[in-house]
Amino acid sequence: MLAVNFLLLAAVLFSIGVYGVIARRNAVMVLMSIELILNAVSLNLVAFSLMTGTADGQVFALYVIAIAAAEVGVGLAMVLMIYRNRRTIALDELSEMKG
Amino acid sequence: MNAVILAADGVNVAQNVAFGIIAAVMIFAALNVVTTKNVVHAALWLVVVLSGVAAQYILAAAEFVAISQVLVYIGAVMVLFLFGIMLTRAQIGKETDLNNKNWALGIPVALAMLGLLAWVILDAFGDDVLPDSGPLPTVALSDQYLGIYLVPFLAISFVLLAAAIGAIVLARKD
Repeated sequence: MLAVNFLLLAAVLFSIGVYGVIARRNAVMVLMSIELILNAVSLNLVAFSLMTGTADGQVFALYVIAIAAAEVGVGLAMVLMIYRNRRTIALDELSEMKG
Repeated sequence: MNAVILAADGVNVAQNVAFGIIAAVMIFAALNVVTTKNVVHAALWLVVVLSGVAAQYILAAAEFVAISQVLVYIGAVMVLFLFGIMLTRAQIGKETDLNNKNWALGIPVALAMLGLLAWVILDAFGDDVLPDSGPLPTVALSDQYLGIYLVPFLAISFVLLAAAIGAIVLARKD
């Protein structure tokens, strides 16, 4: 099996996630697109682990999974707080910090 | 590009066929995640993508990572997402304004990024064949975690603790 199979699949998933982050207006949908990006990265790491024959890539993929869990927890708590204060989670209405 | 077309000439035809089928399902599901009009449907399509990633981990001989993926992502993160969707929106069904006004800007950005990544990957790893070495034992992973990666392992436990406390503090009513 060729290494580019995994790497190209990860590149496609990453690009779809980037499109989602740019195009979506709902904060929860943006978080889902970030999950796509993180999964693409860990797929790359596992493929590199297989390529080099060491466990390092899998170790880092597990770190990515742990960080993603923490990120989703904090991110959704922030989304809930924003929704409670403003009754909307549309990202283009959160413009107080715009210069 | 020759390498991609001739991918089925590799050592393991069944692995390549399984990879292709799962990859096609994953890409279809991922496109649905970012284009569907229904937030709940997007979450369910995301489950398909995450399961596909877990299946690819098994094809890449990384069982422990695959099981962690199923436990953490499909088990925990998706439940969080569904709770987040339910707590932040009133109606179930199609929504009209899920996209930004200038959402079309994302298409050229994503295509440019995909082109650049594909070019770099094909240039660097064009003909590398993955070794058919079989799964890495989980003992090797734990040796790494309790060996040279011990300090990051402890650090990430503090990160998870801080994230849990932070999420509770942020989501409290008062």
